[in-house]
Amino acid sequence: MAFVTANWNPLGEAFYRKIELYEMGWNLKDGLRECLVAAAPYGGPIALLKEPQRRSPSVRPQLEIYSSSGVAMASFPWKSGVVKQLGWTVCDDLLCIQEDGTVLIYDLFGNFKRHFSMGNEVGQSQVVEAKVFHSPYGTGVAIVTGASRFTLATNIDDLKLRRLPEVPGLQGAPTCWAVLTQDRQSKVLVATGADLFILDYTSPPGLSPQATSIVHMCVSFSYKYLALFTDSGHLWMGTANLKEKLSEVETKVRNPPKQMAWCRRPKSQQPSVVIMWDGHILVAGECKNTISYHLEGVSILVPELDGVRIINGTHHELLQEVPASCEEIFKIASMAPGALLLEAHKEYEAASFGKCFLSNFPPEPFVSMCRDLRVLNAVRDYTVGIPLTHTQFKQMTVQVLIDRLVYRKLYPLAIEICRYLKTPEYQGVSRVLKHWACCKVQQKEEADEVIARAISLKLGEAAGISYSEIATKAYECGRTELAIKLLEFEPRSGEQVPLLLKMKRSQLALSKAIESGDTDLVYTVVTYLKNEMNRGDFFMTLRNQPVALSLYRQFCKHQEQDTLKDLFNQDDDHQELGNFYVKASYKEKAQIGHLQSAVDEYNKAKNEFAAKATEEEMRLLRFQKKLEEEKGESLVGFSLHDTIRTLLAVGLHKHAEQLYKDFRVPDKRYWWLKLTALAEKEDWEEIEKFAKSKKSPIGYLPFVEICVKHHNKYEAKKYVSRVTPEQKVKAHLAVGDLEGAADAAIERRNDGEISTVLSRCSPSTDRALVERLNRAKATAAKK
Amino acid sequence: MAHTGRRDAPELPDFSLLKRLARDQLIYLLEQLPGKKDLFIDADLMSLLDRIANVTTLKQHEVDKLYKVELKPIVSTSDQLCFLIRPRIQTVKWIADIVNSDKASGRFRRYKIIFTPQKFYACETVLEEQGVYGDVTTDEWAFYLLPLDDDIISLELPEFFRDNFLEGDQRWVTTAGSALRLVYSLYGPFSKVYGIGRCAKMVYESWRDQVEDGEQKARQPEIGNVFLIDRDVDFVTPLCSQVVYEGLVDDIFRIKCGSVEFGPEVTSSDKSLKVMVNSQDKVFNEIRNEHFSNVFGFLSQKARNLQTAYDKRRGMDIQQMKTFVSEELKGLKQEHRLLSLHIGASECIMKKKTKQDFQELLKTEHSLLEGFEVRECISFIEEHINRQISMIDSLRLLCLLSITENGLLPKDYRSLKAQYLQSYGIEHLLTFANLKQIGLLVEQQPGETLTVMESKVGKLVNDKTAGKLTDAFSSLAKKSNFRALSKRLVLIPKSGEEYDLRVPRDMAYIFSGAYIPLSCKLIEQVLERDGWTGLEEVTRMLNGHEFAVTGGTNGTEARIKTDPQRIILVMFLGGCTYSEISALRFLGREKGYKFIVLTTAITNSARLLEALLDNHA
Repeated sequence: MAFVTANWNPLGEAFYRKIELYEMGWNLKDGLRECLVAAAPYGGPIALLKEPQRRSPSVRPQLEIYSSSGVAMASFPWKSGVVKQLGWTVCDDLLCIQEDGTVLIYDLFGNFKRHFSMGNEVGQSQVVEAKVFHSPYGTGVAIVTGASRFTLATNIDDLKLRRLPEVPGLQGAPTCWAVLTQDRQSKVLVATGADLFILDYTSPPGLSPQATSIVHMCVSFSYKYLALFTDSGHLWMGTANLKEKLSEVETKVRNPPKQMAWCRRPKSQQPSVVIMWDGHILVAGECKNTISYHLEGVSILVPELDGVRIINGTHHELLQEVPASCEEIFKIASMAPGALLLEAHKEYEAASFGKCFLSNFPPEPFVSMCRDLRVLNAVRDYTVGIPLTHTQFKQMTVQVLIDRLVYRKLYPLAIEICRYLKTPEYQGVSRVLKHWACCKVQQKEEADEVIARAISLKLGEAAGISYSEIATKAYECGRTELAIKLLEFEPRSGEQVPLLLKMKRSQLALSKAIESGDTDLVYTVVTYLKNEMNRGDFFMTLRNQPVALSLYRQFCKHQEQDTLKDLFNQDDDHQELGNFYVKASYKEKAQIGHLQSAVDEYNKAKNEFAAKATEEEMRLLRFQKKLEEEKGESLVGFSLHDTIRTLLAVGLHKHAEQLYKDFRVPDKRYWWLKLTALAEKEDWEEIEKFAKSKKSPIGYLPFVEICVKHHNKYEAKKYVSRVTPEQKVKAHLAVGDLEGAADAAIERRNDGEISTVLSRCSPSTDRALVERLNRAKATAAKK
Repeated sequence: MAHTGRRDAPELPDFSLLKRLARDQLIYLLEQLPGKKDLFIDADLMSLLDRIANVTTLKQHEVDKLYKVELKPIVSTSDQLCFLIRPRIQTVKWIADIVNSDKASGRFRRYKIIFTPQKFYACETVLEEQGVYGDVTTDEWAFYLLPLDDDIISLELPEFFRDNFLEGDQRWVTTAGSALRLVYSLYGPFSKVYGIGRCAKMVYESWRDQVEDGEQKARQPEIGNVFLIDRDVDFVTPLCSQVVYEGLVDDIFRIKCGSVEFGPEVTSSDKSLKVMVNSQDKVFNEIRNEHFSNVFGFLSQKARNLQTAYDKRRGMDIQQMKTFVSEELKGLKQEHRLLSLHIGASECIMKKKTKQDFQELLKTEHSLLEGFEVRECISFIEEHINRQISMIDSLRLLCLLSITENGLLPKDYRSLKAQYLQSYGIEHLLTFANLKQIGLLVEQQPGETLTVMESKVGKLVNDKTAGKLTDAFSSLAKKSNFRALSKRLVLIPKSGEEYDLRVPRDMAYIFSGAYIPLSCKLIEQVLERDGWTGLEEVTRMLNGHEFAVTGGTNGTEARIKTDPQRIILVMFLGGCTYSEISALRFLGREKGYKFIVLTTAITNSARLLEALLDNHA
């Protein structure tokens, strides 16, 4: 603590410090000499390719991947072409750009993912130099060929190659170049001699006249600033749009630098550029003086949002402008509150001592800062090796940090952090667990059961886990069985269906769709099956799934009548087939042919009743047709009852009689029919004959009632005497004979009947009758 | 109202919100097709639309002409056609034909189909198969619930019954689930959900799934408990003749979407008159739940009161007269008009229903319910068929006989069917097939052994899904057990005792004191017991599928009978009758509950049986 300021160096108003992040865990024999090195920003991983120029199959260059602290993550011999450049994507994938223009992509652990090409024309002229750059649109790659042509892809995940126009007057390779992102477009900035080309010819304002050539350039992390190094040893700093010059510093070194990087941070007091040569680096800012550091061995600079990391064979350091708050606290003789607090802390050894003196200060920032610091400490740990500064952490967000940890398969740490920061479960823990499970399913050496059990145990009840996603991953790895097992855990059956269909488990997909209760989903599967399977199998499948079958039948009823028939045929459902033909018969106006088919089917279905009924219908139909031809009476489509009634109405009694006998119409029905028909015609004579023809099976009350209905009381009375005793009262009442009704009721000594008659009497006109009835009622009650 | 309810009955929630939501969405959808357009509306959506948006509203949103969907070629000259339809394959096919014939004649138009309440994949398949998928835009009008009255909400989906219970087509289950979800999100959370029936269970699950996806808000609930019931749990009640005024009006004049058209015989003029029948109609509101025998007495009392009110005019000075005219006269006139209308209707009902055959019909029904003199009943039914009195009524009596007797004897089954076919034609072979399928008209099975069909169905159900929903045709395996149920639940009051219909003592009054509706009795019992405990035997006879689940709110709170706890939503899947609603209103008054009936449609015996005919499809 006492020596906090020991490594501070002033540069103009500001201080710069260089602090050690890690002593590197790797053991490099020759340091970084003759190595291609790429270190990802935000404390990302480091890739090394030793002696990339080696081509002989016996001695291949070795590709190694380390964490920022130098912990090995992968190492393998490079068997592909000559690599010109290494770089990292925003998702921690390694890009290896070969001189033939092919770009190979590996993950953090050296597993090959995919490759793409920067264009065919690269082939002969070869890649001379390549750069990997980041923008809001993802990770991009730019190359320059031996023919001095630039090709650029802004986002490698959505590859669109742009071949840039030729640079006029450029002979051989450009001296230096950089990629800019401006106005939502990626551009290449090329220096030839003292001139800079973007697309327009331009020269930076106020470049020192001694310079004849720009030998190195670099763009700031944010693409806002540009730094140029000239052969005269001048460093020009300005805005990337070349409109403004910030400053120019004479370094007095004329060798072209090995690397250059902007070292600034948001709200920086003193933006500066770090220039590296063999053996030393120089920090140059707006002021005239500079800071110089000595370097051990070959080093590389890794520009960051708020500083520059310097990596050499043994150490990993961070060079940055001292943040204002640190400066306030630790600057010698500082009287800022922070500094005083620090003094107090030293006295009283209480960490949050000063808080007590602040009455209106909300505690949240304090608590969240403490949390952030703990997280940062955890990831900076040597074993994890992500040396993030607080500024970087805030810029990259927790989500991305979690992603990074997931890429490194540091699942437990990721989960701990999610829990500690109280990230909502579905963005935090659940997401990590899903990645873990997706990784787990790729472990080829473990058995399906073991993996499935492990996954279900660990994922348990975590919210928002999509098992179908994990299962899809398993399927992509060729583990269909495992995928099915995993799908079983998916609580929403609907989610399982698409993958099951993809895996050709159509039967299972159908069951799951049915289980989901979503008929649209069932129907989707049915349509899919219909197209995939042959008819027989398709019907067979449906047969085992009544819900799907009903749905499909409903559809066929309206759209495909013939399919419906085939369905019934397949099922040997003769009953339904019979029904089908019956329906067809009356749709197409009484087709005897259809009815015959129906009879056959009903017989097969052993439904004697339906078969017989249909046969009778055929007979009736033939009869009706014949009569229609003979008599011109429209009968087809009528029921037996209606046919007889029509015949009686038009006086075809004989034909009616014939039907009555042929179809064994119950006597009662026939009597009712005939009686009604005759009454309709008011053929009283015929009715009387009919009544006398034989004993009526329906009794004689209907005769009375029907005559009354047709307002003929005179005829009605003829039949009253023939009515059975139980119905006598009713019959008398029907013809309006109160006296007769009263007699009948009293005779039968029936209380209910007496009351009925009473209710019909009016006390004024039928007084004598009422008295008689009341007396009878009294006697009946006494008894 | 003759009976005064408990004073502490809670207030009903305001359901007019449902209409507002529906109207706003419809307007939004119409605006999605800017410019003048002709609107084609499914025939059965016409009255529904009437309740939501009138013609003026539609015109305001550039609807030029309105047509009814008739599945015939169209004559519209508009460049934009909009179709507001139920998701039915036939209708979609008709639209596809229109598009194709326009194409053939080189005519360019824009087409938009608005499906309500939702679209089905099968409909889109038809558009695709007919090659017009790209020419037509589709939308959904999520209009699930139409409030018919203060305490009745309907999905207005009569086809729910046939599709679900006969065809085994479960596509409407999600719709019912969404409807429940809508009620839940506006008036919930519910503290307890009870239910019985396969479909009820599936609707419950569908609702549960939908709710789990969304977030839950803590809010003061307006509806406490929910009871879901399948229509096939109780087929007896809707098959009985209705004798309560509202039910009678529905049986005779057919109430459609809460309104009824009275013909000249009622209005005693040469015109028909369409009137809304709901609680807004003061006269109707007082007689709707009354047994018909009381209605006339009530109406004449009402007429006398009205006369007295009119008579007040006599001896008034100018000022009083002015007040009378401005304040009371309009109300009296209105009441007068309604009163004469209902008197007309009652007279008309009287003419039809007090005839001797109706009395005998009722007697037969009551005998069947009691299981008394069954042979006489069969003769009556036989005569009913032979005399071709009424196609639907005969069928109704046959079904009632079958359910109450656990099926017909093989001999009767054959002979009655044969006679029916002689009367009404061979196509009723299909009707009988349907009735058998749904379990309404079956042959008695000897002994208690599994029937062939049962074991066939049993084989189809694999173990995993058995508990869920696979066997679409469970009704095949079902016995009605009506007699045993009736004994256990005491559905038939002791005969011989005088039943005063003016002062009902139980729900049986809606059937002249002869029978307490099974559906309503179940609801009463479950609410009383707060679940199904003690009703195990009953649920076994009803084929199970009962459930009682505590809702989202914590259990302790549900114990306290706050107001919302006494508001109970009863959801009938497959329709409910006005008589059942009357019975529930009675139960509510007795126990201090308020029932809200949510049904897929209002039904009665005729609608129920017509849905099972096969002579039109």
